[in-house]
Amino acid sequence: MPLVELRDESVGYAGKQVLHGLTLTVDAGERIALVGESGAGKSTLLRLIYERCGGDAALVPQELGLVQALTVFHNVYMGRLHRRSLWRNLRNLVLPARADVAAVREIVTSLRLEDKLFAGVGTLSGGQQQRTAIGRALYHPGDVLIADEPVSSVDEHQARDILEAIMTQKQTVVLAMHDRALAIEFADRLIGIKGGRVVLDRPADGLAPADLDDLYRAAEE
Amino acid sequence: MIAGRHPSPLARTTGIFLGVALVCLVFADIAISTVDPWLEFGRLLTGIITPDFYATDSLGLALAYTMAFAVLGVALGNVFGFGLALMFHSRAVQVGCAVIRSVHELFWALIFLQMFGLSPITGVLAIAVPYAGIIAKVYAEILEEADPAPLKALPPGTGRASAFLFVRLPDAWAHFRNYSMYRLECGLRSSAVLGFIGLPTLGFHLEAAFREGQYSEVSALLILFYLVIASMRVWMKRPLLPVYLVGAALILPWGVAFSLSNIARFLTHDIIPYPLRAGGSDMWANMGDWLSLMLFDQALPGAVATVQLTMIALVATGFLTLLFFPLISPLLLKRFGRWAGHLFLVITRSTPEYILAFILLQLWGPSMLPAIVALSFHNAAIIGHLIGRYTESVQLRQDAVGGLNRYFYEILPRVYRPMLALLFYRWEVILRETAILGILGIATLGFYVDSAFADLRFDRAMVLIAFTALLNICVDMISRSVRTRLRLQTSLEVR
Repeated sequence: MPLVELRDESVGYAGKQVLHGLTLTVDAGERIALVGESGAGKSTLLRLIYERCGGDAALVPQELGLVQALTVFHNVYMGRLHRRSLWRNLRNLVLPARADVAAVREIVTSLRLEDKLFAGVGTLSGGQQQRTAIGRALYHPGDVLIADEPVSSVDEHQARDILEAIMTQKQTVVLAMHDRALAIEFADRLIGIKGGRVVLDRPADGLAPADLDDLYRAAEE
Repeated sequence: MIAGRHPSPLARTTGIFLGVALVCLVFADIAISTVDPWLEFGRLLTGIITPDFYATDSLGLALAYTMAFAVLGVALGNVFGFGLALMFHSRAVQVGCAVIRSVHELFWALIFLQMFGLSPITGVLAIAVPYAGIIAKVYAEILEEADPAPLKALPPGTGRASAFLFVRLPDAWAHFRNYSMYRLECGLRSSAVLGFIGLPTLGFHLEAAFREGQYSEVSALLILFYLVIASMRVWMKRPLLPVYLVGAALILPWGVAFSLSNIARFLTHDIIPYPLRAGGSDMWANMGDWLSLMLFDQALPGAVATVQLTMIALVATGFLTLLFFPLISPLLLKRFGRWAGHLFLVITRSTPEYILAFILLQLWGPSMLPAIVALSFHNAAIIGHLIGRYTESVQLRQDAVGGLNRYFYEILPRVYRPMLALLFYRWEVILRETAILGILGIATLGFYVDSAFADLRFDRAMVLIAFTALLNICVDMISRSVRTRLRLQTSLEVR
């Protein structure tokens, strides 16, 4: 049984249709990259997939959703707030427990952010904030990770490390990506979106970045 | 404790204030001394749910007077405040405004009462004078924060007056209008409270009704007052302003006579310290004794109690704010719950803390408890309302947790800083109110001021008021330095 199944669905908000006639399945264990121009409807599709996962997926929204006044530790720990007792959460808010710090430190180290573990998120650079949000999603106990442009603010070298960490720690991954080469390298299935429609859906094996050029070309009518 | 983790400056400041408040609380008298507070509370509740709008014929008139004093006082304060704002670059104007706004409107009323008696001039000036000082400062800040770009785009040689009228004023005007509306709301509360010292406003009837145990009349008075404040944006329209001003001027009982010789006597004789008036060879020795008596027997004990009560009320306000703001936050409550929350906050912040303290004092007897509860509830309702509205602009991510986890992790860290900013902003307001509550019999500075007025020792009253003003200015300065150090900012709308 597929994890998510969409059949001829259309989505819109504020009276404007963003996605049209969408038919798509996501199976457990897949590594999917959504590619396409900005404004093509990738974020809307991610949101739809997240909703269909029934709240068990970890999410990295484009705007990250970090709490600036809290530290990296706290923001990453928030990935498991719903699985911990209120008492333990309150305790960690005031005085982080050794065991939880160790668990979070492991995640943060895989993202090369260990020296910032107790830095306030508000003091971090854009790339560091992005890694914190990914840390929160990795710490989330779910097997599915959905991320909107998770490596948009880091250099290519770091992007590889981050994607590596995501792929090894999560079973099912759906990412929106703007870097075509990275998408082909790390995903095993590519979904191309243009004008709110799926125009490409095939395995990443054997694809070259140039094969995706059509997605970014203005419609010739 | 994990290495590499230091308490943030915010947490440290919170800890210090919490500690100080706890120490103050240990030494505070917060006992309930009435024999059966619940019995009286029951009677009050019965009265509240059975309002009697026909208890006295003067109900409508009391309300009209309350509005008249507020409209005239705030209008006059606005005119003078605007004028002073234009001269705010002068150090003398700044200091002068700081001094007049550091004296509470009730103290001003007590002073003007000696000069003009129960003439409406007393009430109008008691509101206009301190408000002019506050308005001048706020308007000056608004003008200063205006966008400098249009000014630079003006052709060289444009006169200063033209530049002001065409560039500065239009931008600032909307802010001035909003702030004036807020001030009018404050003015209505101040005006109602002026009744407690004898002016014919709401407070006068409230005190009488309370003394006679006419709780249904109390309820009617309060309900009408809430309606006036809640409907302010409906009845206060700019085209109608002249009508209100003329109407207010016409209905106030100007016929109450006052004598110029009285005023002259007050200003040139009564307020001069007694030893100086008496003169004689040992004048300066007497003056020294007089000053030390004032300082050690009245000003210092009064100041200690005032600061003690202020610190407890400040921290209690912070705690209550954290409980109150979720009541109207769409991130935490559904529509129906929020509706009830709004109603509760509107009523709590529309009730002047003086009236709240007065009511609680009747129920619980004299101690610091009524003052603490009144100050913290009123101020927490004001700050809680602003923070609750602030959370409307907070965007949570799609997978954010719910319930108490959401409150503690997603929301509290986001609102804590703006909440502290508002809290420290109101610190000085709380101090001013604390001093005033002394008039109700709590041993803060207002108690000594009120006693001095009652004994017709105006020289003492003036020294004590000056001392209170000084204390206010000190707290204002400390609050500003704390806010600067912690980089806490309040935006224009929340003043």
